[in-house]
Amino acid sequence: MSMEQIIDKYFRPGRLPHIWCPGCGNGVITGAIVKAIDQVGLDQNAVAVISGIGCSSRASGYLDFNTVHSAHGRAIPVATGIKLADPSLNVVVITGDGDATAIGGNHLIHAARRNIDMTVVLYNNSIYGMTGGQYSPMTPLGSKATTAPYATIEHDFNVTELVKAARATFVARATTFHTQTLIDLIAKGIQHKGFSFIEAVSACPISFGRQNKMGGPDAMMMWQRDHAAPLAAWEKLNDEQRQGKFPIGILYEDTSRMEYTEAYDQLIAKAQGGKK
Amino acid sequence: MSKILLLQGNQAVVEGAIAAGCKFFGGYPITPSTEIAELLAERLPLVGGKFIQMEDEIASMGAIIGASLTGKKVMTATSGPGFSLKQELIGYACMAEIPLVIVNVQRVGPSTGQPTSPSHGDVMQARWGTHGDHWLIALTPASVPECFEITVRAYALSEKYRVPVILLMDEVIGHMREKIELPDTYDNIPQPERKLPTCPPEKFNAYATDESLVPPMPPFGSGYRLHVTGLVHDETGFPKGTGAATVASTDRQYHKLYDNLDDIVQVENYKLDDAEYAVIAFGCAARTAYDSIDRARAEGLKVGLLRPITIWPFADKQVKELASKVKGIMVHELNRGQYVLEVERAVAGKIPVTSYCKYDNEPATPAQLLAEIKKAMGL
Repeated sequence: MSMEQIIDKYFRPGRLPHIWCPGCGNGVITGAIVKAIDQVGLDQNAVAVISGIGCSSRASGYLDFNTVHSAHGRAIPVATGIKLADPSLNVVVITGDGDATAIGGNHLIHAARRNIDMTVVLYNNSIYGMTGGQYSPMTPLGSKATTAPYATIEHDFNVTELVKAARATFVARATTFHTQTLIDLIAKGIQHKGFSFIEAVSACPISFGRQNKMGGPDAMMMWQRDHAAPLAAWEKLNDEQRQGKFPIGILYEDTSRMEYTEAYDQLIAKAQGGKK
Repeated sequence: MSKILLLQGNQAVVEGAIAAGCKFFGGYPITPSTEIAELLAERLPLVGGKFIQMEDEIASMGAIIGASLTGKKVMTATSGPGFSLKQELIGYACMAEIPLVIVNVQRVGPSTGQPTSPSHGDVMQARWGTHGDHWLIALTPASVPECFEITVRAYALSEKYRVPVILLMDEVIGHMREKIELPDTYDNIPQPERKLPTCPPEKFNAYATDESLVPPMPPFGSGYRLHVTGLVHDETGFPKGTGAATVASTDRQYHKLYDNLDDIVQVENYKLDDAEYAVIAFGCAARTAYDSIDRARAEGLKVGLLRPITIWPFADKQVKELASKVKGIMVHELNRGQYVLEVERAVAGKIPVTSYCKYDNEPATPAQLLAEIKKAMGL
């Protein structure tokens, strides 16, 4: 399907242009999500896209599915309610680094622990963009931000390790430079029965890049190319070579654990069978 | 056929929820409402419903909002500290017009307060707890049978007006055991139905309304691919940043409830017909008041009770009428004086309004309240 056909089918008429700044990676990730949905062949009526608050979370309004632009940090609880109440829906969560790992951090780890079937796509631009460039839990140590004029002294989360430790059963990472990888990983996440998490490393040239002298959008894309290591290559690197780099690909997958709504259906059968 | 049972108020709420067709509960343990979660964890799977204990009170609200969007009737239950946390998404549910039933079994606050003692300290929070102009419904039962009836009614109102309904209980009503007669099956309990769109999906505007001012609400998955947001939105459901959009949204949310007060506001009048003096009390304070009034009557004093069952919206018309009939009003509540402020506003100085506040962890005894009534009457 051409991009025009993708836009006609999956983007709501009259809702574009989007609010994102020139050079923002959010469009690439949002495009990857709809291409992944198209690739998997989901029925548009059976897809629910839930977002929180922030730049990336505005994406839900552009997309022609059942959509919720929820409250800051609360996309995952709303998505949990939707999925548990109607497991026939395919649930995709759109969230940002502040939304998912600061105000919504508790929800993220608990949804991972439950292994409830949803696909969480975290748009990681390393900054609070909507409010103009404050540091998030995923802003790299030593970065400048409007609330860190002397550079941050807080260590950032390795969010893929975090959700893996919280028992997510599908954990992946890609960047907006590695677009096809991103589409494929989101598609695999959607097909995975359980909690899927995809970190999409993105660029915010305006609110992060400028403060940290990262260059323009093109330079920030090149940064992604130069710092992301496909998993096979990553595994061959020694600790020293890994410094400053990060792996992309499927970082963890476990298909053996039962998904939450399936476990709940078993619970219903057990309860109705008179067992405790 | 029916059965006679001895139930706690919290248990009767659970029965009411099941009877009204509740199929989803998201909660978090908190005294003195925990029995509601415990019982629904057992009951909901038996009727094909779902129970989930979320990681916190905020997430519980998020979960029931999500479940409601799929067309399910939903509930959460909490008490003061949890009710504070729920306020964020109560505002979301007001803005996005999502039917929810939220139980708050009030305990003494603020903060952790007195976790096992009754209070009416959340009366104003129930009305104004979340930020911004907003309107919702709060109901307050005074007996175990009424816990059942009012829970069923909470669903009817919530679905009809697409609004969160707060079931504002207190610890005494939640934990008190009383006789209750329940039908053997709930098959004959009217099931509130959510209004659905009549137009095809391509013509659907998610927040377009008729004269009821309540938009139809198709469930997710039905083919009407609506957008739900906490931003001010126009009838399409998509954000709209204009002042006119804010006014239209605000006014419609007000009028959809406040043009229907006769349908929404319920009070009980107890021995008020010939009363010269009136008590206004609700929840467990009303239980004291019935007895105090009977004792006053036995002494020849013409005292009656107005008991708000709908505590929000305020029973403006009923209180104003009362103020034109009696010589004085006493508001008795288990806090330092909250509901009395609204009564004073409505009465507007027409007759004396006296406040009898009790906030020492215990409800008043009938003798205590009677003594206060007599004092206020100048006896």
